[in-house]
Amino acid sequence: MNQPVRVKTLKIDDRDVSGREDETILEVARQNGIFIPTLCNLEGLTPIGACRLCLVEIKGVSRLLPACVTRVEEGMEVYTQSERLQKYRRMVLELLFSERNHICSVCVVNGHCELQNMAQILGMTHVSVPYRFPRLPVDASHERFVVDHNRCILCTRCVRVCDEIEGAHTWDVMGRGIDSRVITDLSQPWGESETCTSCGKCVNVCPTGALFEKGKPVSERLKKRQFLPYLTMMREERR
Amino acid sequence: MTPEELRRLAESHEEARPEPRHRIKICVAAGCLSAGSDRVREALQNEIAQRGLESECEVKGVGCLGLCTAGPLMLVEPDGVMYQGVTEQDAPAIVESLGKKPVEQLVCPSDMSFFTKQYKIVLENSGVIDPEKIEDYIARDGYTALARVLEEMTPQEVIDEITRSGLRGRGGAGYPTGLKWSTVAKAGGSRKFVICNADEGDPGAFMDRSVLESDPHRVLEGMAIAAYAVGASQGFLYVRAEYPLAVKRLRTAIRQAERLGLLGNNICGTTFSFHVDIRLGAGAFVCGEETALIASIEGKRGQPRPRPPYPAEYGLWGYPTLINNVETFANVAPIIRNGGDWFASIGTEKSKGTKVFALAGRVRNTGLIEVPMGITLREIIFDIGGGIPDGHRFKAVQTGGPSGGCIPEQYLDMPVDYESLAKVGSIMGSGGMIVMDETSCMVDVAKFFMDFCVSESCGKCVPCRVGTAQMYHLLNKITSGEATMEDLALLEELCDMVKYTSLCGLGQTAPNPVLSTLQYFREEYIAHIVDKQCPAGVCQMRQ
Repeated sequence: MNQPVRVKTLKIDDRDVSGREDETILEVARQNGIFIPTLCNLEGLTPIGACRLCLVEIKGVSRLLPACVTRVEEGMEVYTQSERLQKYRRMVLELLFSERNHICSVCVVNGHCELQNMAQILGMTHVSVPYRFPRLPVDASHERFVVDHNRCILCTRCVRVCDEIEGAHTWDVMGRGIDSRVITDLSQPWGESETCTSCGKCVNVCPTGALFEKGKPVSERLKKRQFLPYLTMMREERR
Repeated sequence: MTPEELRRLAESHEEARPEPRHRIKICVAAGCLSAGSDRVREALQNEIAQRGLESECEVKGVGCLGLCTAGPLMLVEPDGVMYQGVTEQDAPAIVESLGKKPVEQLVCPSDMSFFTKQYKIVLENSGVIDPEKIEDYIARDGYTALARVLEEMTPQEVIDEITRSGLRGRGGAGYPTGLKWSTVAKAGGSRKFVICNADEGDPGAFMDRSVLESDPHRVLEGMAIAAYAVGASQGFLYVRAEYPLAVKRLRTAIRQAERLGLLGNNICGTTFSFHVDIRLGAGAFVCGEETALIASIEGKRGQPRPRPPYPAEYGLWGYPTLINNVETFANVAPIIRNGGDWFASIGTEKSKGTKVFALAGRVRNTGLIEVPMGITLREIIFDIGGGIPDGHRFKAVQTGGPSGGCIPEQYLDMPVDYESLAKVGSIMGSGGMIVMDETSCMVDVAKFFMDFCVSESCGKCVPCRVGTAQMYHLLNKITSGEATMEDLALLEELCDMVKYTSLCGLGQTAPNPVLSTLQYFREEYIAHIVDKQCPAGVCQMRQ
């Protein structure tokens, strides 16, 4: 017999909501039409709480907790839109824009970029920290795809989709801190990768123009992410 | 092995080697070794052999004697004379003087307050026993606590004893050890792990290294007792690879303990089994953070993950895991031997016991010290440390490494305990203590620690990865005289943001050195920005 699933009731932004005990604040908020911004999070991939955009305030907890990995609890009072949170979220975006060379006007996904969208949604009007202007390479050695490190925000969606869904684990991260960089295999050119199956999942889940397909007009470089929950569901069904 | 057998082993060890007339104990911990103590040891042995005194005189390598600034150190028994700064050339004179008048110019006054003001629990065997001989440890009541626990106490009684002692985690945050143990004990499942965090990475800190090099069995005994209390049968010692001597001595110690049935299967003839393995950290500061440490042991990239779930519930490979620091484990055996109430009688109301500090920087006596909690900073720096050399003036003391802060003169009479340090914007940390005088520029100090955090950030979360790099950039601008007051405002804003939004302790505490120097030495920042001058004369201003 299946274990009964417990249901918790809680408040998000003073609204009474309910969620299963295995659901996160983010999931419950989305079910109720409450918007919490995210970048590293993508339905179908393991959440990692890295981008810090989904931080929320919880009454009685001094720390800010990421909604994407924090489970709901009975009687929890969650606040998602305080002035302080909005300020931090804008600063996260500003830091991301300053970190590499994100110049929207010359980017292949201009207009379809999650980072760009998020900046608009969260009201980021300018970047107040100095740009770092790193010199970063573009790897176009793969016959179909390109990785442009200038646009990468290290959300590791590509790493996770390749490992968790495709099962190839071609992608990973090397270096640390501000020198971190996504790599294919042991930092070899993507085109020489022996593990890459050229499935293109990484390209589709990438939120920015860091991973894109060659030979398509910009207007067609839309990313399709709907397949992930479907694939996950099918995999679970088979088990 | 029962307590009775342990006692017999200790006695037979003493009998087998009749007490020589003279025993020279020379420090072979990393500090003195680097000052050439192994060469001195050899010279002494040669000298003794030449004079045919082998039966009368023994040279013995022991753990850290504490006063690293004066190394190599040695202790001559039974004369009770301590020598400092010994070289190979001194060997004949030392051997000649045995039992007679000590060699005047080498004597280190052992009645100086550096030694008398200390209270040793963790370091009680340090400098006394040979860290490579388990018999030496057993002769000092080693492993009796473990034997007693297994024979007479239930796991719950062990946890109660630790709870009663009031011991708090010595890794820095000061979480109550008894509470942590009982949480892991209560966690479900038959498979659990005990991890000893020996990934000491704070600049200027070497407490854990000294304990591991001087008395490795004490840490193993503490781990075994913890494993019994929480119900674990496998332990890992996560040691940074930069501590090869500690690793070597730990390996020896594990092998010795296994041979005597004090580790491994059916310890002391009971049903309790506990195996310990060593894992080497490849030199990432963030791997001292417990979730990153666990990832590293699992063979993954050493990156932290959000907590909760805490390792007590979901740790190594998803199993409940107890993680404690080296010094925490080193306190366990004495607590069991002497009782929790004994331990609780030392220290302050909320911070019990003693704390080991690595005293470094601008003080006369640098080295390893152990003091009761509640001692004042002034006593540590001026009595034990001997004050500031070369007629300089005390300016600040940095505690807690990159996660800590700088404490100015006005708090010198503050007691050293977890709460008091937190109140003035610093932390206990693992126990690094760096003393600074007026020749130190506080902005430069903040920049040094920020530089450390930039290179040690794992890069997973945005605030820590990019925020620390931006903060370093701003501090660099200030120290080179190119900053404006707007830059200072931005720096403060970033401090706040990085502190409250970072994923793990590294990022959350990275702004602390900046915040505390801004709090107490703001005028120095202003001097750099407005007057384009460095009051301490450290920073080079660009014209």
